[in-house]
Parts: sequence; C-alpha cells; structure tokens
Amino acid sequence: MITTSGLTKIYRAHRSHGREVTALDGVDLHVREGEVYGVIGQSGAGKSSLIRCVNLLERPTSGTVSVDGQDLTALAGHGPRAGKELRRARSRIGMVFQHFNLLSSRTVQDNIELPLEILGKSGKERSRKALELLDLVGLADKAKAYPAQLSGGQKQRVGIARALAGDPKVLLSDEATSALDPETTRSILQLLRDLNRQLGLTVLLITHEMDVVKSVCDSAALMEQGRIVESGTVSELLATPGSELASALFPVGGEATGADRTVLDVTFHGEAATQPVISQLSRTYNIDISILGAAMDTVGGLQIGRMRIELPGRYEENVVPIGFLREQGLQIDVVDHTAQEPVLVKEGAK
Amino acid sequence: MTWSEMQPLLSQACSETFSMVAWSTLIAVAAGLPLGILLVLTDRGGLLQNVVANKVIGQVVNVGRSMPFIILMVALMSFTRWLTGTTIGTTAAIVPLAIGGIPFFARLVETAVREVDNGLVEAVQAMGGNSWTIVRKVLVPEALPSLIASTTTTIIALIGYSAMAGTVGGGGLGDLAVRYGYQRFETELMWITVAILAVVISLIQFAGDYAARSLHHRGARSGPAPKLRLLKAEEPEAADIAKVA
Repeated sequence: MITTSGLTKIYRAHRSHGREVTALDGVDLHVREGEVYGVIGQSGAGKSSLIRCVNLLERPTSGTVSVDGQDLTALAGHGPRAGKELRRARSRIGMVFQHFNLLSSRTVQDNIELPLEILGKSGKERSRKALELLDLVGLADKAKAYPAQLSGGQKQRVGIARALAGDPKVLLSDEATSALDPETTRSILQLLRDLNRQLGLTVLLITHEMDVVKSVCDSAALMEQGRIVESGTVSELLATPGSELASALFPVGGEATGADRTVLDVTFHGEAATQPVISQLSRTYNIDISILGAAMDTVGGLQIGRMRIELPGRYEENVVPIGFLREQGLQIDVVDHTAQEPVLVKEGAK
Repeated sequence: MTWSEMQPLLSQACSETFSMVAWSTLIAVAAGLPLGILLVLTDRGGLLQNVVANKVIGQVVNVGRSMPFIILMVALMSFTRWLTGTTIGTTAAIVPLAIGGIPFFARLVETAVREVDNGLVEAVQAMGGNSWTIVRKVLVPEALPSLIASTTTTIIALIGYSAMAGTVGGGGLGDLAVRYGYQRFETELMWITVAILAVVISLIQFAGDYAARSLHHRGARSGPAPKLRLLKAEEPEAADIAKVA
C-alpha cells in the first residue's frame, strides 16, 4: 500500500554551505494493505521526515514513494507548492498530528468539513459526512464546540475524524498520541485499531513509545539515524534472535546469580508455548534451572511468552541442553555470552 | 470664543477627520492585507517562496514605514494631483494617508499572519489544499483577532497622521487645534479638540479590543487582549501542550 525505496532526505542549512543533515538515508519501507505499521525510533532518528515524505509534505532528496500504486514522487510540484495531481493524491491520504492542528476559529464540525470543502463537496453532503464521522469517533455531542473547549483526547478524535473525511485508504499518524496521557493514549490507539478493522484502513504511525507498537501494530520498523535497522511483522521480529525491537517490545529482566552460569532468554510462541519444556529439560539432563524473570503478553494480537532462565555451568557445558530446547521449537538467545563462539550461537539459532 | 462659535468649527473638523481616516483605513486595509500576506508567503520557507519578491516588497514597505508622514505627503503631491486633480483639501489628504497606512498595516498583518501555527498550514496541505485555500481558510481566519487589533492600531495611527493633513488644507481636528489653539491662542478650543481626540481614540481602542477578544476563540483562552501580542510574541502552543499534558 505504501512503498518507499531508497528514500533520502538531506537538509541543507541556509547560508552555511556544507553543513548538511541527513534525515533519511536510503529508507525502504513496505506497508501492506490493511495493516497497522509502526515506525519507532528516538527523536532525531528521522521518523517525522519519513512520514512527511510519504505524502510529500517534504520532498525527498532522492528515492521514490508510492501510495496505493501511485508514484507520488513523479507528480508535479515545485518546491513547497504542490501540483493539482499531488494535491488530489494527498486528499486520499489522511493525516493526524501530534498537536492536532485543528483550526481554533472553526467549530468541531467545521473542522471536519474542511477537507470536504477542499474537495468541493456540497454543504449538505459535508454536514452529513461530518456528523457521521463525529459519531464514529464518539463525539456526536461536540459538533458545535470549539477546539479550545475540548480535552486533548477529544481534540485528537476530531483530528482523526477530519483525517477520515476524504475517505482515505491510508492514514498517517505523526506521533498522534505523544501529547496525551496514558489512559487517553490507550483509547485513541483503540480507536485507530477499530478503524483499521472496520474500514480496512492502512495505518502508518510513527512513535517513540514502545507501548504504542505493542498494542496496535501488526508490523514494526526500528529507525536509527535515518535508517531502518529492523523491520517486519511483530511475529517475525519476535522470532528474530537478537532483535532489538523484539527485546524492547517484550523485555525480561534478571541478572546471573554468579560466574559459571549460563543465562538464556527463551521465547515461546505458537505450539511450543503449550509444552512443559522446562521440566522436561530438568528431568532429561538432571540439571537445576532457576527462573530469573518471565512474562506473558499479547503483542500485535499474538500470545507470547518470554522467560529468562539460568543453567549451572558455562556455555560450553550447556550446549546439549540448549540444543534440546531449540529442538522443541523454542527460540533461545544466550545472554551475555562472552564472545567465545558468537557466530556459532547466531547460526545455531537460525 | 463662545460655544456657538466653536460648535460648527468642531463638527466640520470632526467630519473631515472622519472621512479622511475612514477612507484611508479602508484603502490601507484593502491593500495592506494582501501585501502583508505576500510578505509571509514569499519569505524563505513560505508557501510561495520567492526571495527576490520578498526583498523588494520588504524594502518598499520599510521605506514607506520609515518615511516621516509630512515628507511623504509633500513627496506624493504630483501623484495626488494626478489622482484627484488637486493637492489641497480633504480628498487630497486621503491619498498620502492611505499610502502611508498601507506599509504600516502590511507590517502588522505580517506579524499577525506569522503567528499562525505552521502545523495548521501543514494540515491543510496534507488535505490537498492549495496556497489560496490556505490563505482563505487558515491564515486569515486564524489571524483574525490579531488582524482586528492591527486594524485598530492602524486607525489610531492614521488619526495621528491626519493631524498633519492641515498642512495641505485637509482640515480635521488636528488642524483645528493647530490653527485656533496654537496660532490664535484659543486654548479652550484646543483642549476641547484634544478631549474629543482622546475620547474617540479610547472608543476605537475599546471597540477593537472587544471585537478581537470576542473572536479569540470561544471558551478556554481568556488572556490579555491580543493587541499585546504585537509587542511580545506569545506562544500559545506551549500553553496548550502543558494543558494537555
């Protein structure tokens, strides 16, 4: 639905020639139709530039963006001015913002009607659609209120309703929940999830909060310094050994109790989650296993368990039990395994 | 001088001032508004970025702003004659007043429009709006309270300028105060004129502030009169964020 390839954005500071900031450094992103895709990264990682390049609010320095099969980068536009074609394409992409960006001079209903005015819809049609959308986001009683009279969460609901006014297939969410408290964040994310399901809306959201990815995303990408360092569906990521995103999405704690211990992170999903593997391991090899930390959670609608366990003895002494666990279809990451045979570990995990 | 002698003088002066200020304000607003908006749009990073046009307009506005009004009036004489057929009288005074008012108002418009949150512009761009839509639906309506405050300031400045219109026989209250109060030592008449000006200016300021405040939107924000923002840039965003957080 959204595909970017080799997307690069370089900002040049005015007057001081040579000072350049590379915000995006060859980003390839592929968002499938009907999924919620989260791009996560710290501030300055280039997330904002990325999402603003998707509807060409920022023109990328190089690379292409295509949304719903249409190559947007090929559409005419001169500097900040967008050509007619590009404007039409934009009207089919909804966007919600961190600071809502509602017009304070218009009522809630008039704010939602604004994109329809731009599309040249008649007054009757506009108000019908606006009221319908207000109902959808649960603010039917606020049509005549002004944005200043609403709470942050309500403002964002209006923002979402406005973004949906043009019946877009794609919704871009630029840190939509970052200015909201946790409770409101949850309800807004729930709304996005519902809209994604009900309307088959493809959502690309950027965020710096892991919880956002965890609660609504089907797929995620991690951005660092203008590049995507990891990406995939949530289950793919969790199945990737050593995945930074996976361990951030689903952290388990616990320190080794002493030297000569082997600490393993065991990830269960699917079939393996139902097998009594730990007790089997203990019985088969007659070893004592201590559990340092464990958690069960639902990530992207997927039941996942993660456990950090400790086996007595060094890694070399535990190669066989680790092999046994892998045979059971579990994903094993060796924690703090000090560079003896790191290559082997990684390969073995695959 | 008795009241019955003063009264016709005063009423005529009032109507002259009124017509000079009203017409010149109208023209200043009509021409200054697009000019001020253009100053913002053509600036670096603006919607119609055009550095050359921006520099040219900016320079013209600066020269117009810094020109002492009395000199502007004299300098524009041939233009005034071409336009109105005369260089003296109330009508002739309107021309330099209006031309002096345009850059004055344009700068105020520029400040007001610049204060509109760029996020709103971006939101409308993301909806597929063009530059004209952005001006019509975002910049002007969102800056309206400030624009009204700017208009108030412009009217008051033009009342001040109009006092000099006496130099070209334009009449008005200022001229009355100079000719009678100063040159003929009719101190009483001068003070009455001053009082009328003070009352009129206060009324205009009050009406302007009231209009600006009532537009400044509905509910929540009830800070100081938006006019103050011309002196000190306010950051409404920060307050909003704090409130939300």
